[in-house]
Amino acid sequence: MDGAHDMGGVRGFGPVVAETNEPVFHAEWERRAFALTVAMARPGGWNIDMSRFARENRPSEDYLSKSYFQIWLAGLETLMIERGLVTREEIEAGKMLFPPKPGIKPVAPDEVTPAIRRGGPTERRPTAPALFNVGDTVRMKDIHPTTHTRLPRYVRGHLGTVEMNHGCHVFPDLNSQGKGENPQWLFTVRFDGPELWGAGGDPTLSVSVDAWESYLEHP
Amino acid sequence: MTGHDHDRHHDHDHSELSETELRVRALESILTEKEYVDPVSLDLLIELYEKKIGPRNGVRVVAKAWSDPDYRARLLKDATSAISELDYSGRQGEHMVVIENTPEQHNMVVCTLCSCYPHPVLGLPPVWYKSAPYRSRAVADPRGVLKDFGVTLPDTTKIRVWDSTAEIRYLVLPMRPEGTEGWSEDQLGELVTRDSMIGTGLPRQPGEVA
Repeated sequence: MDGAHDMGGVRGFGPVVAETNEPVFHAEWERRAFALTVAMARPGGWNIDMSRFARENRPSEDYLSKSYFQIWLAGLETLMIERGLVTREEIEAGKMLFPPKPGIKPVAPDEVTPAIRRGGPTERRPTAPALFNVGDTVRMKDIHPTTHTRLPRYVRGHLGTVEMNHGCHVFPDLNSQGKGENPQWLFTVRFDGPELWGAGGDPTLSVSVDAWESYLEHP
Repeated sequence: MTGHDHDRHHDHDHSELSETELRVRALESILTEKEYVDPVSLDLLIELYEKKIGPRNGVRVVAKAWSDPDYRARLLKDATSAISELDYSGRQGEHMVVIENTPEQHNMVVCTLCSCYPHPVLGLPPVWYKSAPYRSRAVADPRGVLKDFGVTLPDTTKIRVWDSTAEIRYLVLPMRPEGTEGWSEDQLGELVTRDSMIGTGLPRQPGEVA
């Protein structure tokens, strides 16, 4: 979706301000919100693409005014409410009002480290040859899905060069909608600065995105 | 309410809890009561990301690459496998690519759409990496962003920005500083900063460490 999260090239956000000796978390609630989000994914039954969409799919004003972990918290609440794991009434009341959904198994302490160390690889076996080769000039499609996509606005319609082929990976645009993994070839596509930002663009700059095959077309 | 809520230590000594803090506490107690989460698992997750998974891991990778040419070659060819040789793997680092800075090209990593970052080697991202100023400007004005970090590169150096839009995670291999011949991996590690592995900084110079 063309939302506030898609920030590449937007002007007016000011300078980057780094904090010295920054802690991993800035408050106890950030620790707990982070851990709850990570620990609920498996029992909740959602995938990473669904959780990204739950975080970005909110009013722009809300997305821009909430802190990072406040967005995580809001996303977690959405995912759980959608699946009937908790109700909005329970969240507002701050206590359990309805019995738990049956058959949900929490992540046990001895599963934590192995699960994090394993992660969730997204590469899958190819089922068809790639339509593009390293070195090809490609155009990024000018698409505007209202659902989740990983094709940022600032490259849409622009010409780039295929630089790497990463194999076939789970396709977020459909996986986020619960429509299956539908793996596609994934490429790194590189763009020159002036191609993206016009004649005034830095000629010493090049930018790449990682793009699934269906984002690309032959120019 | 479970017992573990009572012995939580707080970073700040303010007694008035924010609305968000109360909301998170209540949510945790609901999820615990419903037995969707085990609070011990939550504690372990937090401990992992505060104590074990952090930029110290990436420092070891870079220092080894600087001192062992065979390792450097393996790292540039198949980063996921070379990084797992040092026992770092998993969540948000399943598919790693290491990109090398050279006198001709400087690399910088961003995620314009959210906060994608190579956790096993760098830990959780700092606030600035997730912030609108960095995500918006890194791809359009990386020299301006570098200036915010106090870094100026020669005009002739090409800048390459990698927007992490998929599940590939990028780590920058900075250039080994001059004057470090014969240094051990541990000594070299002293020069490697987190930002130098994201591309928003350069390694420390030998004179900057005692």
